[in-house]
Amino acid sequence: MTKLKLGMYCAAGCGGCDISLIDVHEHLLDIVAAADIAFWPAATDFKYSDVEAMPDGEMDVCFINGAIRNTENIEIAKLLRAKSKVLVAYGACSAFGGVPGLANLYPVREVIDRAFSTQSTDPDGQRPSASATHHDGSSAGLPAITGTVHALSDIVNVDYLLPGCAPSSDRVWELCQVIVSGELPPSPAIVGATKKCVCDDCRLPKQGTRVSKFVRSHEIIAEDGRCLLEQGVVCMGPATRSGCGGQCPDALMPCRGCYGPAGDSLDVGAAMVSVLGTLVDSEDEDVIRQAISQVVDPAGTFYCFTLPTSILGRARTTDPAEEVRS
Amino acid sequence: MTVPTFEPRILGMLCTWCSYSGADGAGQARTAYPPNVEVVRVMCTGRVDPAFVISALADGMDGVLICGCHPGDCHYINGNCKAAGRMTALSAMLDQLGIERERVRLEWVSASESTRYAELIEEMTEQVRELGPLSWGTAHASKEAM
Repeated sequence: MTKLKLGMYCAAGCGGCDISLIDVHEHLLDIVAAADIAFWPAATDFKYSDVEAMPDGEMDVCFINGAIRNTENIEIAKLLRAKSKVLVAYGACSAFGGVPGLANLYPVREVIDRAFSTQSTDPDGQRPSASATHHDGSSAGLPAITGTVHALSDIVNVDYLLPGCAPSSDRVWELCQVIVSGELPPSPAIVGATKKCVCDDCRLPKQGTRVSKFVRSHEIIAEDGRCLLEQGVVCMGPATRSGCGGQCPDALMPCRGCYGPAGDSLDVGAAMVSVLGTLVDSEDEDVIRQAISQVVDPAGTFYCFTLPTSILGRARTTDPAEEVRS
Repeated sequence: MTVPTFEPRILGMLCTWCSYSGADGAGQARTAYPPNVEVVRVMCTGRVDPAFVISALADGMDGVLICGCHPGDCHYINGNCKAAGRMTALSAMLDQLGIERERVRLEWVSASESTRYAELIEEMTEQVRELGPLSWGTAHASKEAM
């Protein structure tokens, strides 16, 4: 039997997804027995030129993790799409934009100012740019930042989304087994997750009680054996797809929504707004409004992993020229 | 040549029990008010999914006006209280995304308040006109293929 050829690439990600693939532990040996690694910069010494030299469709399955943040991400996403039969958006950043996607709350100039002109960085105003040069005048070859952070599916056709930050190692191993068996579901599809929400897997029982105020998870020691939302902690479980097995609420930490919107819903923010609106234990409009307005940073909380693929996609920009496109 | 003035498009979602009757009353009384609000009748403000509001703004509306029964008068006991909670959270969230709070409003209009309905439409139309077009679809084509 010919071995499969697998690839893994990290775009604008943290490297956690690369680790999550290694986190299948001894099963990695089973994967390597059935498949050759054709490209995986985090683990093997392949260059972009090696991928460019491949015939189209050479790789059976390629995983791409990380969001699309610069022109290099776009270029490599297109290259890997051409060289792969099956392309998987691996992890929340690739599938929904992820935590890097929160930069869409700000104009890109503000993001760059924050990164390069605060007290913690060089004071001379030097900025990385596509036209930056080495001391000898040759091009440094830096990619340009895009005006907006994108999910992989905004750039190329994606066959499967594997959500999670990072995808849970059980789901990764299950997916690898399905790939080796050749029994992938019809694409496009979400794999390694169910259609239900995290509450469906959560072990903490709901009692149907409502709350008088909302708190952040660090402000209370949550009581075990009780739904976190009913304790006033903003838990994203009702709006989030299950697949993780409810790991965060199991440890009494609120769900942060890394598996993306549950079911057929498009927008986690809308779903969470819906949930919170019904939770306050009062029929008095002012009391309700006062309680809800205690929720800190609603956009950043609700869209923690999904802003680029939400209905609005980003905060309003006053300068459309900021939209750098390839 | 006259300079074209901006005519805002506002989506109105009116609860069938109170506000839709109020709007009907304004029509029957032949009260004049701006034609900028395009009305959808809903069973209750509690049925208005925040995704409806977000989608309307993303698809070209300049504002959204939701009207329902006064607190305590809801046909379904407390649907309007749920709407009040939701719109509080939604306004705060949209504020962070650069959408002014005046563009999305929840107001109480009873069946007998047809004059108030007309005044409300006038006030909101002028407020949104002042803010200018939202133009989300054209100015923020963040999802367009690269």
